[in-house]
Amino acid sequence: MGSITLEHVNKSFGEVEIIPDISLEIKDGEFVVFVGPSGCGKSTLLRLIAGLEDTSSGHIKLDGEDVTGAPPARRGLAMVFQSYALYPHMSVRDNIAFPLKMAKTPQAIIDQKVDYAARTLNLGSYLDRRPRALSGGQRQRVAIGRAIVREPKAFLFDEPLSNLDAALRVNMRLEITELHQQLKTTMIYVTHDQVEAMTMADRIVVLNAGNVEQFGSPLELYKKPANRFVAGFIGSPKMNFVDGPEAEKHKAHAIGVRPEHFTLSTTAGAGQWAGTVNVAEQLGSDTFLHVEVEGLGLMTVRTDGDQTFSHGDKVYLTPDANRIYRFDAAGLAL
Amino acid sequence: MARNVSVQTKTGFTILAWAVALLLFSPILWTIVTAFKTEAEAIAAPPTFLPLTFTLDNFFDVQDRSDYIKHAWNSILVSVGSTLLGLVIAIPAAWSMAFAPTKRTKDILMWMLSTKMMPAVGVLIPIYLIFRDLRLLDTVHGLTIIMTLINLPIIIWMLYTYFKEIPVDILEAARMDGAELWNEIVHVLVPMAIPGIASTLLLNVILAWNEAFWTITLTSGRAGTLTAFISSFSSPQGLFLAKLSAASLLAIAPILLLGWFSQKQLVRGLTFGAVK
Ligand SMILES: Nc1ncnc2c1ncn2[C@@H]1O[C@H](COP(=O)(O)OP(=O)(O)OP(=O)(O)O)[C@@H](O)[C@H]1O
Ligand SMILES: [Mg+2]
Repeated sequence: MGSITLEHVNKSFGEVEIIPDISLEIKDGEFVVFVGPSGCGKSTLLRLIAGLEDTSSGHIKLDGEDVTGAPPARRGLAMVFQSYALYPHMSVRDNIAFPLKMAKTPQAIIDQKVDYAARTLNLGSYLDRRPRALSGGQRQRVAIGRAIVREPKAFLFDEPLSNLDAALRVNMRLEITELHQQLKTTMIYVTHDQVEAMTMADRIVVLNAGNVEQFGSPLELYKKPANRFVAGFIGSPKMNFVDGPEAEKHKAHAIGVRPEHFTLSTTAGAGQWAGTVNVAEQLGSDTFLHVEVEGLGLMTVRTDGDQTFSHGDKVYLTPDANRIYRFDAAGLAL
Repeated sequence: MARNVSVQTKTGFTILAWAVALLLFSPILWTIVTAFKTEAEAIAAPPTFLPLTFTLDNFFDVQDRSDYIKHAWNSILVSVGSTLLGLVIAIPAAWSMAFAPTKRTKDILMWMLSTKMMPAVGVLIPIYLIFRDLRLLDTVHGLTIIMTLINLPIIIWMLYTYFKEIPVDILEAARMDGAELWNEIVHVLVPMAIPGIASTLLLNVILAWNEAFWTITLTSGRAGTLTAFISSFSSPQGLFLAKLSAASLLAIAPILLLGWFSQKQLVRGLTFGAVK
């Protein structure tokens, strides 16, 4: 079991209030991702749950039990750090066994569990090495191994993949997702990579300046963003925003159109908005066009990779009428 | 990196370095050769360099008159004992300063260091009286306590600098892994800081070994260490140069050997922060 409840959690460092007031309910077995821009308080919130920081006020409950003042060692949570934080003076085997030793597990069971973790994570041949002699990906696997042996109530990950190269990141992302399907243990995962957030999460918490902007499933966030911040943050490339008279036509203060929700034409006049291609980013599968639209500014348009464009090409855009997002003056979705 | 240095410059600097080293070492060298001379030869004019008649009698005389072994044993007890006691106090203190600092941590560190700048005679009378009243005068444990106290600021400072180099993530990982404070310090912090702790230990053994002011003023016969031994030896028997040399040699030999065998470790520990 591993449900996590935050009730009006507040955190200040001295005079500076980092997290004004957060309430959240994370269900047992859920994979929840915290995303948000750098410095918005994701790590701080995770560390509050871990017990590595003390809350300034509010309550944190694990399985309904109030653990607000409990030290990390008593919470039964496991954490995987961005820096891996392996014990450099211990072999891989001892690193993985450490939480079990702390729990005074009998040696026979320790051996069994370490072997199991090593097999699950393909670490068998490295067990006697020191962390120094491992690659980044292997170190991260050891860190995960160390987290799983203890069968924690929940796993906390703080940007575990950001030190890895792109290809390895995709692999590890899949491995962690598989691990979650296999263990069915609650996981909280901090990232600022919204692709990770979209692909891994059951539900996503979008944070901004210490506030929860929205808490929902990836598709909910994509289809029904609660406000302009979430709309701009979720989705890649970013949503295009237009305000002024063009937005007023839709009875809104601002409207947003995702790059993938345009119909593109090169025939003169065959579109609502006319523009000139500034940069064409050709990825093969898709092409991202940065189009200078007359009177509205720069917009990103996503199109299939078959057509080629170059700087200065005239294009005509029509936003998909059913997929125009409308926002009021305060930025809330209409 | 590779610079063109002429052969002349190189030779010049080599000669200069050797000259300076020999100059610094010459008193010790003189002591060493004199220790093996007879008393007559030691004060002969013109002096001889190498002993004409090589003798070990001085050493036996010294042991007979002043009991070198006892003093050496006291030195070992006090220097090692005070260092170990100091480490037991300093490791938790440095842990809290490095990993759970408060607004005043920097001030406390400076204040501790400032006590080392105060002349020791300034507190001689109160400490002497306290020692007299607690019956600690001329006892090995009393001396160990005072030695711990005077070196504690240095031990804490050194450990603090080493601990600062340890990523706090790793200690936090230990906490998440279920380690209570004690386990965190014993199983994670200390093993990671071993090079730093070892050089702190070595340096403090040397400092305590060489300490003269307190050992001489707070001891007489029973608990005297080698510094007390050498000073008691010099005054009444000052004219017996060969015996004094033998006594000095005996007093510095253990620590010279320790320094010699541990110099790699010492240098590594002292530059730990700089090269990492
Ligand atoms: N110990 C601390 N003392 C003072 N301020 C802190 C402390 N820890 C974090 N902060 C501040 O709290 C804010 C949130 O930090 P946090 O590390 O939670 O951000 P984050 O969302 O994880 O960012 P990133 O994506 O860059 O990791 C930052 O402005 C940071 O400067
Ligand atoms: Mg962070």
